[in-house]
Amino acid sequence: MNLIIEILTHHLTILFALIMAIFLGFELISKVPTVLHTPLMSGANAISGVVIIGAIMLVRSSDSEDYVSLALGSLAILLGTINVVGGHAVTNRMLQMFRKK
Amino acid sequence: MTALINLVYLISVSLFIVGLHRLSSPKTASSGNLIAALGMGLGVLIALFAPIESGNNNYLVITGALVFGCGIGLVVAGKVLMTKMPEMVSLFNGLGGACALLISIAELLNFHNSGNIELASYLTTLLALLIGSIAFSGSLVAYGKLSGNIKDSWKLPSANMINMILLLTLIATSVYQLQVLDTMDLVYFIMIISLVYGITFVLNVGGADMPVIISILNALTGVSAALAGIIYDNMIMLMGGILVGSSGTILTILMCQAMNRSLLNVLAGGFGGGASSAVQVGDQTVKEVNIMDASIMLRYSTNVVFVPGYGMAVAQAQKICKELEDLLEEVEVNVRYAIHPVAGRMPGHMNVLLAEADVDYSKLLDLEDANKFLNDTDVTIVVGANDVVNPSALDDPGSPIYGMPILEILKGKHVIVLKRGMSSGYSGIENPLFFHEKTSMLFGDAKKSLNSLLDELKTIV
Repeated sequence: MNLIIEILTHHLTILFALIMAIFLGFELISKVPTVLHTPLMSGANAISGVVIIGAIMLVRSSDSEDYVSLALGSLAILLGTINVVGGHAVTNRMLQMFRKK
Repeated sequence: MTALINLVYLISVSLFIVGLHRLSSPKTASSGNLIAALGMGLGVLIALFAPIESGNNNYLVITGALVFGCGIGLVVAGKVLMTKMPEMVSLFNGLGGACALLISIAELLNFHNSGNIELASYLTTLLALLIGSIAFSGSLVAYGKLSGNIKDSWKLPSANMINMILLLTLIATSVYQLQVLDTMDLVYFIMIISLVYGITFVLNVGGADMPVIISILNALTGVSAALAGIIYDNMIMLMGGILVGSSGTILTILMCQAMNRSLLNVLAGGFGGGASSAVQVGDQTVKEVNIMDASIMLRYSTNVVFVPGYGMAVAQAQKICKELEDLLEEVEVNVRYAIHPVAGRMPGHMNVLLAEADVDYSKLLDLEDANKFLNDTDVTIVVGANDVVNPSALDDPGSPIYGMPILEILKGKHVIVLKRGMSSGYSGIENPLFFHEKTSMLFGDAKKSLNSLLDELKTIV
């Protein structure tokens, strides 16, 4: 119970944004033609790579001697970047094929 | 300075929203992807240069990881074959999950090292770890299943029971850890159980349902990114993650609707494997057709429909389909492609492949239009599709796919099925279509068969 109260007090704005974003996501996607499902999924997948921002912040805020954080963080950045860059590039490749017409 | 940073955050989030919106319409999709990428770039820039309270920046490490990541990402994305796209998306998704897993572990370690634990943040981080781990191992299994390295028959006995136990263990351990908070030991335990759960959860689902699973896993990665966004109080991560989470969820629902099945039914692995059909096929015979007869049938048709499936992707037959189409259109045969929403291994998979082969947009019919067009179709050619044209879905209540909307190709006059042999489809369900009087089989590799058809047709047009 205390936990719920704590979350509500500390993160109220974020909770508002969260709920808005959930509905926004539903609205944005609900009218997509099947042709675009694969590129959309791939694009959305690239966007889910935003988690690299967290990885970057982690590495920046760690001490240069804190090798555990640095190792975990840099591996996270590496994998996250592959997800983001690869995801957008692959999506772009798929969509270029549609545009030729 | 803070105001400027906040402004850029706001722009970056808006770019994500506009990008996703544009991605959902064919004309604007390409720019949508670039806009979303721009939003991502801005977010990363801010993350790199916004002032921080403590820490040594460690730019050398960050730059190294970023450069390597970009390089690998670009090379892999440039090389992958269009037919391997679903596996690729699944693999990329797994990497995103791994990223969430790693930073959650690092943050939890920081909590324990500093001894300063705020319960709400701790819970959020633990959830990000849990969901990220499931998305990571689950995506790898989905990748393995799609690429054929993990056989569909590898299923655990009483998998639903195992999954339930794992899930309950996860919840109980997490609640306990929140009460005691003494060491990291339970955190590692939670991570391992989550990884195992990701594996058993996906392993249990039939291979034909992988599109649904990738969509769910994609949503999960989004949610774990959003949770990580709460940890870092970062709006871009939060909004980006949640947008992916909710759009992935809606896509999952749309895909389940297209198959007329509930999500629970998909997750319980009801499709394929043990399911038995009422159709007895033992002594039925199939009719074969030779290349010459088939090409004559095509030449003197008015309307011809191709029904592509995963077999077309495997045989790389999309370009030959297009050549056949061109040749037939020259002699005024109308050619269309009937695309079932779940044909292939991913929704829209067939559209991408056919677009790669330069097939015109307007010739691709969705389920509804295709079923109208099929009424006046002379010849339907099934190129490596199976379950999406299985008439059991219409008339056999005993079939596991009963009730799923299919392409009703038996409404047309003739059906030619290109197939390697008489094995059943990816879902393992028998298909009475092959024994129907309107159906002729053309055995062999789809690409070879189409090539021979093309050569034969060239001699008679």
